[in-house]
Order: sequence, then structure tokens, then C-alpha cells
Amino acid sequence: MAESYPEDLKYHPEHDWARVEGDEAVFGITWYAQDALGEVVFFDPPTVGSQLTKDEVYAEVESVKAVSDVFAPLSGEILEVNEALAEGPEKINHDPYGDGWLVKVRLSDPAEVDVLLDVTAYRDLLQSG
Amino acid sequence: MPPAADTLRRTPLHDRHRDAGARLVPYAGWEMPVQYEGIRPEHVAVRTRAGVFDVSHMGEIETRGPGAERFLQRVLSNDVTKIAERGAQYSVLCREDGGVLDDLFTYRLGPDRFLTVTNASNHDKDLAWFRRQAEGLDVEVVDAHADWAMLAVQGPGARAALEHEASGELPPRMRTADLSVAGVDCLVCGTGYTGEDGAELMIPPDGAETVWDALLGRGVEPVGLGARDTLRLEVCFHLYGNDLSEERNPVEAGLSWCCKLDTGFVGSEALRGVEPEQALVPFAFTGPGIPRPGNPVATEHGSGVVTSGSLSPCLETGIGMAYVPVAANEPGSPIEVDVRGKVRAAEVRDKPLYRAKG
Repeated sequence: MAESYPEDLKYHPEHDWARVEGDEAVFGITWYAQDALGEVVFFDPPTVGSQLTKDEVYAEVESVKAVSDVFAPLSGEILEVNEALAEGPEKINHDPYGDGWLVKVRLSDPAEVDVLLDVTAYRDLLQSG
Repeated sequence: MPPAADTLRRTPLHDRHRDAGARLVPYAGWEMPVQYEGIRPEHVAVRTRAGVFDVSHMGEIETRGPGAERFLQRVLSNDVTKIAERGAQYSVLCREDGGVLDDLFTYRLGPDRFLTVTNASNHDKDLAWFRRQAEGLDVEVVDAHADWAMLAVQGPGARAALEHEASGELPPRMRTADLSVAGVDCLVCGTGYTGEDGAELMIPPDGAETVWDALLGRGVEPVGLGARDTLRLEVCFHLYGNDLSEERNPVEAGLSWCCKLDTGFVGSEALRGVEPEQALVPFAFTGPGIPRPGNPVATEHGSGVVTSGSLSPCLETGIGMAYVPVAANEPGSPIEVDVRGKVRAAEVRDKPLYRAKG
């Protein structure tokens, strides 16, 4: 897919996104992150029920040649992981904001959302990088 | 810190790579294409059709003169007298203590003239070693790196594509021929690093684009260094810096077959009677995960370490090579690989992990 950054998402500087709905959120990696990594061939999901801490690594995505850490954009407890990625990790490349979502989380501190980047700030970060 | 992009060396095909959408990365002091379309599709292209790799970063040393054969017999581990004219041979370059300085292909171009291909990261070191060892012998050691661009054309369709462009019959495996390819005078070598049939072309740098364009015009697909690594790993070819180093000797690396101790090469005395504690073995994961270099290995007989690891695009599982205790080197032996804290199940396999269909 072509480079895109949906306006309804919140972004973390480590190239992760969060789609926040009330006290729940879905996380994934951005178009930039999947492009830098290349074709994703393995996603090792965390365990449902485990706790995530904002800014800390909670999973890994791997291309043929490289491993990339995935950072939690927000803190919370994992409610669900994207089981479809076990058989089709390339969904992360083809549809990073849709079928390529990684985990669904119950947020422990929804106020953390305020420090995430909006799409304009995230695009500025990419351009300055 | 890696050198800045403007200090990296570029091959004569740099513009072609950029035009083809390559992702260019620093590699051994060169700016090289790691992938174009993607590692997996490029890997599959070489296994099923034909691919071309720009490997112009690899170095060449020409050795010539009446003492050339005697000199090479002294520095290279294999029996150089066995290389027929127009023949090719694999060997390692050893220190006195048997540590591996490089692994090399040597081509005999004439009775007293040889061309040795070096790994880019080792070229300067090899050249200095050659020159030091050549002192007092009637031999000329010439740095030929700037004289050649190098393309590897590999895959079941590689020969057919080359035949259309070549002025004569392609050399068989492990032989060379002087041929014009797409009108450019090349040294064509029946060698490669993928397990597939094909050839490696040594090309005058100003002719490299012409040959590249002609091959792409024949449907040969550009392939980057990423797929070069996964292709060689599936067939268990060593990569210097991963599976070979100065701290490892060729016996534990499984390269005794190319170390002819009776030739008296530098390092042969040290290797005589070596009984290694570890052996380099191929392995495959029996469950999820991808091994990476440096991952610790546990076996029933003690610990080891992964030196190469990747996903195998053909086997669709994690594969690699690891140094393990000799007692654990039997194919079928279970081993465990610690991948960043997660223990992954694997088993020792026979070489090669993947056998070319050709």
C-alpha cells in the first residue's frame, strides 16, 4: 500500500499507532515502520492478560533479515491479540492500520493519550528524521 | 559508527540500482543494494527463474609470475597444483595458528597467472598478507579490485539467459572462459553462492551497465544482498564474519575437505592433529521463531552459538548454522536456541538444508 497516516490515530515516536475508543485501544505499527523493516515474516504476540507499560517493548516483528521491537504507545492490559498474524504476518505490510493490527488493550491510564502525537506532529517527526 | 554515505564506495551499477528501486545500505565500506522488490520474492526468483546480483564489492587479487603456483600453494589451504588451466578452486587463507583470514575462490587463467576473489571486508587484509608471504618469491601480487565489476547470474534459467548474450559456449561448473557478453569482453566463471546453476561474470567496470541491461532485458531479475544471504544459508555455504573468523579454524568449520595439509600451506602445521571441541552444523527450527547470529544454543552435550540465522523462504521455517559440541553434531540431534530470552526447539540437519531442484 502507499504511504499513509490516518488522521484518527494517535502516534508514538517509535512508529507505533493507537486507535483509542474510550478506555480501550488497538495498537499497531505505522506505514513507515513496516516499510523500514521490509516484508514481515514473523510476529511473536504477547500473552492475553499481560500488562503493557507505555514506551516499553511488548512484542517483536521480524523480517527475513531483521528484528524490530514494538513499543507500547500506552499502558494497559492485553485483551486480545491478532491471531491472524500467525499465519499471515505480511498483513502488517499490506494493511498496517487494518488487518495488520497487533493487539487490543484496556488502558490503565487513558490520560496518557494526551502526550501522543497527532498525525501532523508525527509527519513532522518523520520529515525531521 | 558506520562511515557517512558520502565516504562509501559505489559500484559502477549504482545508478541502475537506484533506478530499480533498490534499498541501498552500507556493507563492508560499500553502498550496496540489500533488496529491490523484497528478499523473499528475490530469493524465489533465483530458486525458480534467474537472478542477477551486483557483487562488485568483492575484491580480486591477481597473482602472476614463474613462482605464482608455488606461492599460492603456500598461502592457500587447497592443492593449487590441482587447478586445471581455466579451472576454479575454493580454499581458505589461514594464519600460522590456523585461524581463518578469509575464504576464497581462485581461478587459474594461465600456467603462471591466477585470479583470487576476496571478501570485500577482507580484501585489504588479504592483499597485505599475500604481499608479506610473497617476499623473496618470483611472483607479482597485483590488487585487481578496481579492474573488475562482478555480477553473479544464478538460477535454473541463468544459463539460458546468458547463452543468448554470450559469444560462445558457457563454461561448465568450476571452469572459466573468456567470452563476450552483450558485446563486453568478460571472464565468465562457472561458480556461484546460491546452490543454483549459473555463472559469475568478471566485467571491465565501464561495461557493467551494458551487461546488466542486457540480462534484465532477458528477464533476469535484480537480486540484492539480503536474498544472497538467505540463498547461501539454505545450501550451507559459509559466510566470512559469521561462520568463519580468525578465532575459528577450518577443521571446526567443516572445511577440512579444502585443507590439504601435505601441501605445507601456512597454518597446516597448526591444523595437523587438531581435535576440535566444536563443529559448525546446520539446523532448522521445529516450531516458531527465527534464529539470529549470536543466539546461545543448548545441547545435551553442552552449549554453542548461532553464527548465521534467518527465515528460510523455501523451507518456511527458521534455519541457521551454529557451533555446537562435536558430540551434538549428529543430524537429528535436538538442540535449543535462545532467541532473545525465548527458548526455541530445533534439530541438527544434514547439509544442505535445501537442495536445488536443478
